[in-house]
Amino acid sequence: MTELDAGLVGEQIAESGQIAEPTGRGEIGRARRRKEDARLLTGHTRWTDNLQQPGMLQVMFLRSPMAHARITRVDVSAARDLPGVLAAFSGQDFADEQGSLPCAWPVSEDIVIPDHPPMAVSEVRYVGEAVACVVATDRYRAADALEAIEVDYEPLPAVMDMHDALTPDSPKVHESGNKAFSTTITSGDVEAAFRDAPVVIDRTYIQQRLIPSAMEPRAVLASTDGDTFTLWSSTQIPHVLRVMLAVTTGIPEHRLRVIAPDVGGGFGSKLQVTAEEVLCLLLTRRLGRPVKWSESRTEGNLTVHHGRDQIQHIRLAAEADGRIRGLRVELLADMGAYLMLVTPGVPMLGASMFNAIYKMDAYEFACTGVFTTKMPTDAYRGAGRPEATYAIERVMDELAAELGIDPLEARRRNWIRHDEFPYTTISGLTYDSGNYEAATDRAMALFGYDKLRAEQADRRDRGDPVQLGIGVSTYTEMCGLAPSRLLGMANYGAGGWEHGSVRMLPTGKVEVITGTSPHGQGHVTSWSQIAADALGVPFDDITVLHGDTAVAHKGMDTYGSRSLVIGGVAVLKACEKVKDKARKLAAHLLECSPDDLEFEAGAFKVRGTGASRTIQELAFAAFTAHDLPEGVEARLDSDATFDPDNYSFPHGTHLCAVEVDTETGMVKIRSYVAVDDVGKVVNPLIVEGQVHGGIAQGVAQALFEEAVYDADGNLLTATMADYLLPSAADLPAFTTDRTETPSTGNPLGVKGVGEAGTIASTPAVVNAVVDALRPRGVRDVQMPCTPERVWRAVQGTRGGVRS
Amino acid sequence: MIPARFDYLRAGSLEEACQALASDEDAKVLAGGQSLLPLLRLRLSYPTTLVDIGRLPGLSGVEDRGDHVHIGAMTTHDEVMRSPVVTAACPLVAMATATVADPAVRHRGTFGGSLAHGDPAGDLPAVVLALDGVFVARSARGERDIPAAEFFVDYLESSLRPGEILAGVRIPKLGEGWGYHYEKFHRTAQAWAIVGVAAAVKRSNGAIQEARVGLTNMGSTPLRARAVEAALRGVEVGEQVRPACEAAAEGTSPPADLHAQPDYRRHLAKVLTYRAIGKAAGAP
Ligand SMILES: Cc1cc2nc3c(=O)[nH]c(=O)nc-3n(C[C@H](O)[C@H](O)[C@H](O)COP(=O)(O)OP(=O)(O)OC[C@H]3O[C@@H](n4cnc5c(N)ncnc54)[C@H](O)[C@@H]3O)c2cc1C
Repeated sequence: MTELDAGLVGEQIAESGQIAEPTGRGEIGRARRRKEDARLLTGHTRWTDNLQQPGMLQVMFLRSPMAHARITRVDVSAARDLPGVLAAFSGQDFADEQGSLPCAWPVSEDIVIPDHPPMAVSEVRYVGEAVACVVATDRYRAADALEAIEVDYEPLPAVMDMHDALTPDSPKVHESGNKAFSTTITSGDVEAAFRDAPVVIDRTYIQQRLIPSAMEPRAVLASTDGDTFTLWSSTQIPHVLRVMLAVTTGIPEHRLRVIAPDVGGGFGSKLQVTAEEVLCLLLTRRLGRPVKWSESRTEGNLTVHHGRDQIQHIRLAAEADGRIRGLRVELLADMGAYLMLVTPGVPMLGASMFNAIYKMDAYEFACTGVFTTKMPTDAYRGAGRPEATYAIERVMDELAAELGIDPLEARRRNWIRHDEFPYTTISGLTYDSGNYEAATDRAMALFGYDKLRAEQADRRDRGDPVQLGIGVSTYTEMCGLAPSRLLGMANYGAGGWEHGSVRMLPTGKVEVITGTSPHGQGHVTSWSQIAADALGVPFDDITVLHGDTAVAHKGMDTYGSRSLVIGGVAVLKACEKVKDKARKLAAHLLECSPDDLEFEAGAFKVRGTGASRTIQELAFAAFTAHDLPEGVEARLDSDATFDPDNYSFPHGTHLCAVEVDTETGMVKIRSYVAVDDVGKVVNPLIVEGQVHGGIAQGVAQALFEEAVYDADGNLLTATMADYLLPSAADLPAFTTDRTETPSTGNPLGVKGVGEAGTIASTPAVVNAVVDALRPRGVRDVQMPCTPERVWRAVQGTRGGVRS
Repeated sequence: MIPARFDYLRAGSLEEACQALASDEDAKVLAGGQSLLPLLRLRLSYPTTLVDIGRLPGLSGVEDRGDHVHIGAMTTHDEVMRSPVVTAACPLVAMATATVADPAVRHRGTFGGSLAHGDPAGDLPAVVLALDGVFVARSARGERDIPAAEFFVDYLESSLRPGEILAGVRIPKLGEGWGYHYEKFHRTAQAWAIVGVAAAVKRSNGAIQEARVGLTNMGSTPLRARAVEAALRGVEVGEQVRPACEAAAEGTSPPADLHAQPDYRRHLAKVLTYRAIGKAAGAP
């Protein structure tokens, strides 16, 4: 593999400069370079780990080396006596005040939510669970002191395999047993669909466990002035966290402020209420001094919540011509040892998505959540939807192979046509808009589909040791989490609205406040573009404030591709409210009726005359308040919340060509084309970035990443030498393009793009690998498709399934 | 990085460094730190003192000494791969070094550190073994030559004695008619070799006159594929090479880890040896 070509990178930067040039009057749709980047790239950042407070102490946690054990003794006294150590505590010391880490999504009637103490008191249930802590003047002393703590464990059996866990004689993770919940959703007559079906495809896929690897490891800083508490955390959810911490610790909500300073990525892993956040708050309350915790990478690999980890049993019944009759999905979802914030909800987010873009008469989804002695799983980029998309897109390829037709043809015979929208699917969701034909045609043209198929045939004929495979993924996903009404029906513990507000300052500059909590997505730039267009003010005159519950006092934060679709629209609504107020003021000052005013380029103009007031002038007039109309209050500002009626449904077609070296098993991506339809685009450069990163992350699941535990429950992939993440050098250049079918569910026509690439790309890559080897009888290779697994599949031994 | 406590000595002379090492068997040499610091960070190693030899004069640099090239132990990977002397006289060393890790690591990690560390998964040990390099060890008692075949003793263990510092390595020039290739098999650009094959081939009249094959990560030390070397003697370049390479895994005991099981490594050794020989021999 090669180093990055510095020249090429330089060219690309130069090109991006060109596309940032104005292309029209509107800001929306312009490839603005991100306002955030100069600061981020020149080191003027405020990561939690960089923050200092007077008298600050460092916390470190001692973590269980056992997957499952009774704690019989913890002795922290030797640690306490070491120089620089101020305190050391065991779980017993917190037992009365630490509460239980929350699970906000009891997905079924039968769900069991076990007590989840932030620090283990009497039993540990996964390797990495905190059992004691040390508070010292610096991290070096704290780390030394950890080694002086003595813990006695009485080993209990590890529970590692989901099937085994559900057998009656399995050792139990919790007293109540190993089943967390089970649920079934049925629509249509599934029995009838499968009865006498000419074609039935029956497959089992493994969604391996993944470790989210944000660029910035987690860190927490907590301080108190004796009365109020402030918690800085590398989190995606300062608002949710504040509510949950208040409930968990008993610190009254009005005396707790949560700040997410610069946050370096999350991918769902920072959508959590963590043990460390709770314990840092308790420590600052107990010691009266600021305390900080920063994780090491190894600590992170062990204890950041993990993602995916499902066994998917998929059965699809079809007519002889390939039309789908029905689909049956049976999932085992590994919860790990406890249910964290939305652990059980993750598989349920996929419940309505296995049917994807396809029409069918019957659908059944059954899911069992299983406890094991591993780190809990929870949201990871796509959360539930990548798993669903993977299964259905893999099965569609199997259907095509069974019928001997092109995988795209199998899809065409089943997908919802563009003239059928809005379309209510078999699982009950209503897709607002889409055009699968257009995205697919565009992708095929960019890919050179027919030419690659010809090359594939040629290599097969020649028996070339390097075979070509072509993988297809025509995905859709459910974005914009979520309509509060639907969340209520799903028994989720909160709503899905978002808040935005706008403050016109006396000098005509603008502060936008958002309840979303960006951690790499560029909201400051995109929200500025939205406000600039709505208010007619220059892009550079706008600042966006976020991520501090004292500044952005309401919000539901950032996850699930929700920020633009809900938060961006809330900002637009707030701008409209400011404009309404400004119109009244303008009419008053210009002595006309509000209806006589037209708003253009940031000014209200009296129709037919030259008289006008700019929005900046009106902001100043509202500030002096010398002459306001009856009933109009001082200052131009507003608050708005937006709660959508429905989700949004981006879609697209991804095509991947791989070269598989059948002698070594090595897979190399030869070309990759993504045509995504994410509705209207506010900033194409940011969309492009999200798609690139998303594809990389999905490719990583297909080819590289896997969290591996041994039979005793030790995590074998605790360092980055063992948990393989691809870098730019391991990925091809992606060809990306878009079709644009506006969403009908919001005034911006936007659909969300944060997870699209990840959801789409994993099946495209694995389909390509299997396609390359299908003539040799291979019909599956378990993810990640490592060279060894591919080689064994070719050999017909373990790792790959042969027909 | 939060290592356990250690003392730090920046040696002013080679004698001082040797002295410090001789007087404390838990002291360790610190070169580029690219293997040692990760061990300290994970608290897998607890040295009492780190003897930093980074600023010692004379340990760094590449020299053409007529019949051999001398590479100072403290020469960084980056310097090695860009050295005109190395690329001209022992290109196999440059080829393998260019596959080590990433640019950041290559600017700090050293030639001598890679070898002294004795990691059979490292790319350079197999290369120096294939080229019959000679290790120059320095101690308070003077200088000692160690042939490559005797240098690597076991996993992370060399035949350097307590108090000895690796000063440099002599790589004999093989002369005219040789071709080289290092075939590294790894999953990502920055990753270690699952298996690597270092090949040097001397051709005359379309046949292989002599071949040297070093194997990376096929046992607890780097290995020579002697059976392949013997089988290749006199073989025509082309399809004939393949059966000779079937012996590549003979006498190896490859490790089992997350990236590969032993049987797969044995298979890879054969395929990669065939490819490396082909490329080194300039086969089409
Ligand atoms: C991310 C990463 C990826 C890597 N990938 C690869 C790879 O793909 N291939 C590869 O070959 N290597 C790889 N390495 C290792 C790298 O090549 C190191 O540079 C090398 O192994 C050690 O060299 P160093 O100078 O850093 O030695 P140090 O880390 O300073 O020392 C290593 C050991 O050798 C001893 N030592 C060092 N110099 C001497 C000396 N002159 N005399 C006696 N003892 C000495 C030290 O005491 C220590 O025990 C990687 C390292 C990292 C961090």
